[in-house]
Amino acid sequence: MRRQFPLFLCFIAGVFMAVQYFIPHPSVQVWYERILDWLQTLLAFAFLIGTVSLVRLHYHKIRHKASDRGYSFVLFAGLALMLAFGFTNRSPGSRFDHMFQYVQVPIEGTMFSLLAFYIASAAFRAFRARTVEATLLLAAASVVMLGRVPIGDLIHRSIPWAANWILNVPNMASKRGIMIGVGLGMMATALKIMLGIERAWMGGTD
Amino acid sequence: MGLLEKFLQIDRRWIFLAIAIAVVVPFFLPMGLPVVVTKPVRDLYNAVDAIPPNSEPLFISVDYAPSTIPELDPMTLAVLRHAFSKDIRVVALTLDPAGYGLAERALESVAREYGKERNKDYVYLGFQPGIAAVVLGMGTDIKGVFPEDAYGTPLSEIPMMDGIRNYDQIPLLITMASSGVIEAWVIYAHQPYGARIGAGVTAVMATDYYPFLDTGQLVGLLGGMRGAAEYEELIKHPDAGVRGMDSQSVIHVLIIVLIVLGNIAYFGSKKRSQEAKEPAA
Repeated sequence: MRRQFPLFLCFIAGVFMAVQYFIPHPSVQVWYERILDWLQTLLAFAFLIGTVSLVRLHYHKIRHKASDRGYSFVLFAGLALMLAFGFTNRSPGSRFDHMFQYVQVPIEGTMFSLLAFYIASAAFRAFRARTVEATLLLAAASVVMLGRVPIGDLIHRSIPWAANWILNVPNMASKRGIMIGVGLGMMATALKIMLGIERAWMGGTD
Repeated sequence: MGLLEKFLQIDRRWIFLAIAIAVVVPFFLPMGLPVVVTKPVRDLYNAVDAIPPNSEPLFISVDYAPSTIPELDPMTLAVLRHAFSKDIRVVALTLDPAGYGLAERALESVAREYGKERNKDYVYLGFQPGIAAVVLGMGTDIKGVFPEDAYGTPLSEIPMMDGIRNYDQIPLLITMASSGVIEAWVIYAHQPYGARIGAGVTAVMATDYYPFLDTGQLVGLLGGMRGAAEYEELIKHPDAGVRGMDSQSVIHVLIIVLIVLGNIAYFGSKKRSQEAKEPAA
């Protein structure tokens, strides 16, 4: 029963959401809207579960005196501060807003900007024209990189044109193929879940 | 060890220094490179421009986190400036919890520039969890998904939201996204409800969304800082996008030069090592 009831619910919900798309009758739409409300409520709880899981992980690190437990203290301090500020006042100019704008924004921006340095270093060391495919990739990347910045227009008018051609023809063709493949894969996976063939979502391994 | 081998094993901190100089110097010594407007950007501009003033609002979904601010914030600001300069009403929302403060900051700053009033000229709906559920729910009843704005005012008490029930009353929805959330807007808003969707994405994501332009599932696309710069050119308000183009141009050229030099050194050293082996054999 513990396994069959969730499978039954999953099947009913999956079939309903697939079928309702083709039935615009108001009675079906009422249930459709109700399921969407439930879905939103469930997803809100996912944030809670995520927070509890994070707290448990870092609590264990502190309890077992892990070598990097200092970061866990920082996490708890940040979590407590943001919760306290967020529950009192979230309006522009509030402490919550200041913590976001002057702490979180620069931290995330700094982390992401490091990519530019590592990409340049990795491109220098690893981007080699060893094979025909690698050479084609290298040439296409160079053309698109130049064609997507104004200096490409200045070097030669054909560079932006070539960049757009690469994006609009070979890139689009391959992307479409990938997207159709992904779409079919998603449908197959959805069917497997609805029919109970794929059960990993229930927490088991089968 | 030969010169080529030494060059290949150059300390990567020299590369980091070169990148830092290439990013910073153009901000102090602008080159003023011309920005040519491409079709996907012009299409989005035209779609915004076609919205009648003081009528049904333009929806902007700020679906990005602080890590992508340099690319996506200039787009959001440019589109907001375009809308407010033409007295187009705006409704902003976010499907990314980290986007809450970014959307608010962008909306408030541009509204202040143009003397716009909250809940009269623009509404901020804030964040709701559950991407697919929110997008689908907005197709039937926006007030069901967002019963109140981000500051607790019920939407039923905001005159600007009168008559705005679902996508039928939204002339255009633009998502500024740093994740696959665009696909949710296309799949769950455009396909079943016929919503008109435009998008702004980071440069690395732009290639993924070209197929949606060709099929008409996206009315226009802003790709990376270049997309922002093009939009700023169209609204004749050059800002962070146009300023960043010089740096980006120098960086792209520098990376290509590094790749070419790396290849020359690699193949040169390989050839030399082969030549050195042959006489011994």
